[in-house]
Amino acid sequence: MTQTAGRTAWYVERFDEFVRSLNGSSSARLLTQRKEAMDAFVELGFPTARDEEWRYTSLATLLRQDFGVVEKLGEEVLSDVDAWRVPNLQSHVLVFIDGQYQPALSGGASLPEGVRVSNLASLLHRDGEVRDGTSLAPRGKDAFVELNNAFLRDGVHVHVDKGVRVDVPIEVLFIAASPNAAVHPRLWVRVEDGAEATLVERYVSASDHVHLTNSLAEFSLGENAHLDHYRVQDENRAAFHIANLYVREERHSVLRSTCCTLGGGLTRNHVHTHLKGEGVDSTLNGLYLVEGQQHVDNHTLIEHAQPHCQSHEFYKGILADDSTGVFRGQILVHQAAQKTDAYQANRNLLLSDRAEINTKPQLEIYADDVKCSHGATIGQLDEDAIFYLRSRGIGSAAARQVLTRAFAGEVVERIRLEPLRVQLEDSVGKRLEQAIANRA
Amino acid sequence: MLNIENLQASVGDTQILRGINLQVNAGEIHAIMGPNGSGKSTMAQVLAGREGYDVTGGSASFLGRDLLDMDPEERAREGLFLAFQYPVEIPGVNSTYFLRTGYNEMCKHRGQEELDAMDFLSLVREKLKLVEMDESFLKRSVNEGFSGGEKKRHEVLQMAVLEPRLAVLDETDSGLDIDALRVVANGVNALHSPEKAAIVVTHYQRLLEYIVPDYVHVLYKGRIVRSGGKELALELEEKGYDWVKDEAVGAVV
Repeated sequence: MTQTAGRTAWYVERFDEFVRSLNGSSSARLLTQRKEAMDAFVELGFPTARDEEWRYTSLATLLRQDFGVVEKLGEEVLSDVDAWRVPNLQSHVLVFIDGQYQPALSGGASLPEGVRVSNLASLLHRDGEVRDGTSLAPRGKDAFVELNNAFLRDGVHVHVDKGVRVDVPIEVLFIAASPNAAVHPRLWVRVEDGAEATLVERYVSASDHVHLTNSLAEFSLGENAHLDHYRVQDENRAAFHIANLYVREERHSVLRSTCCTLGGGLTRNHVHTHLKGEGVDSTLNGLYLVEGQQHVDNHTLIEHAQPHCQSHEFYKGILADDSTGVFRGQILVHQAAQKTDAYQANRNLLLSDRAEINTKPQLEIYADDVKCSHGATIGQLDEDAIFYLRSRGIGSAAARQVLTRAFAGEVVERIRLEPLRVQLEDSVGKRLEQAIANRA
Repeated sequence: MLNIENLQASVGDTQILRGINLQVNAGEIHAIMGPNGSGKSTMAQVLAGREGYDVTGGSASFLGRDLLDMDPEERAREGLFLAFQYPVEIPGVNSTYFLRTGYNEMCKHRGQEELDAMDFLSLVREKLKLVEMDESFLKRSVNEGFSGGEKKRHEVLQMAVLEPRLAVLDETDSGLDIDALRVVANGVNALHSPEKAAIVVTHYQRLLEYIVPDYVHVLYKGRIVRSGGKELALELEEKGYDWVKDEAVGAVV
């Protein structure tokens, strides 16, 4: 408790410094919003194990860190970011280093008329422009959402006009470079009626330093809008990563969102999709691959508000060594949401006796004509399958690797963006090879 | 090729093989028959190196090497192949990938050049004809959703690709209709040659109408209680296993 309170004070000090550093450059409205968010954060404090939603994820290690805002990047922190790009992915990219937009490293494939993609900082001073964006995440509920609002400095704004189809993937790349940097990225994406877009969100570390990423993304899909979203977090093992994603889906919109957690020491992904109109089709896929002392917590809330919507949720996890994981999948079906078709699956593969996963489906259904199914499994590799492969000349370690890869493959193969799929197959394969070699 | 002497094996506290003696030479086909629970499948599993079976006595050498000392993958690379009674379904592992990985392991072991995806595909296409399988099988996950007959044909396909010296077929016939049985048997016969040998483990004499053995052995309570030529299978079919059971009991007493 005292630790939590002490840390809250630390962030208040950092906030005061941050406000001073803005040096009056912030608009009055934005400054008020930041201060309100900070007040809300102080009121809430950091969550503890007594909060049901944080029961299996301890923030003790995060609270021991002295994170600060990176004021100014050193000259030429990174002049070349090719190593962190997805090979062969032709995208329009926005690159951020320690949360700061890098126009010289951004750009790429050109976008059609009717699409606006920019960093947020350039818009923040224009009143009204991004106001909609702050409305999806509920206020006064989540300490990390409030922190993100308080320290809001930059992020990404995407707006796709009605009926516009964007074939070029829009990619945002957040690279962490400085030690103890706390970065609070914000994404605001609006896909208007009948529009289509693909968004790739990636988080990497350029060093082994401890750092914190606390992102908040808000997506709004108009009627019949389509959004393919991929989120890949491959930060270093010392990184703390908190991600909040809120999605609002209007009638007949289609969302396909995939969340891959490969890196990070402590990762928490919270996703809340609000199926607000009728006939929405919403898919959440997830893959987490952790080893060593890594901890990953996936927390999803799928809210069915209207009839005839379908949601598919498919999360798979591989946990090696002493890693730990949490999956909590809430599905909330309101009384009006008749004919809901909701499917949820969470499958886990434990590669060591010490790895641990807590998985909990949580269905709350107030409508009486719905189809909801869920299933959670925790298991080890199938010994019969290992013997089968070995009896065909495939070595023991290779057999384990083939089977583990196949387990992850079920999520990876659903990625429609080929260069990204190939890269993930490759990085997942390498990661597993290492995990299995360590085991042997 | 294979020389088994006084082989004894147990699962947990239960002794299953109580001293098997068997010699298999190149070019020969041996049938192992016997009632349920006689140890037929255990013998096949022990030869392939399955964990969970403890060899408590005796020896087995394969091509001059101590078979029991080798890991399952080593036995396979040396040329021993087990066609499973219940082939395992492996979701997410593509059949072609599975076959090619095994094939290339054999190549590595034999000091031959490994095949890339394209060359391997032309090789496996040829082999598919042997088991009358459609190319679409190659795109599916290993055994996943295959019918019983498809699984057994897939076993023979693997055998055709890996070209073992000694094939052990563990009740490959059980659950097959006549058509599937004929395809499987034709495949096994086509793969047989004077340099190769096969052990056909079966409960039924029916399979032996299609794969004609040189020797028939009857296993009962973990021992080979009777050996003979192919006519022994017919005798068994006629008289049933009770006949050997009674005889075996008589012999022990």
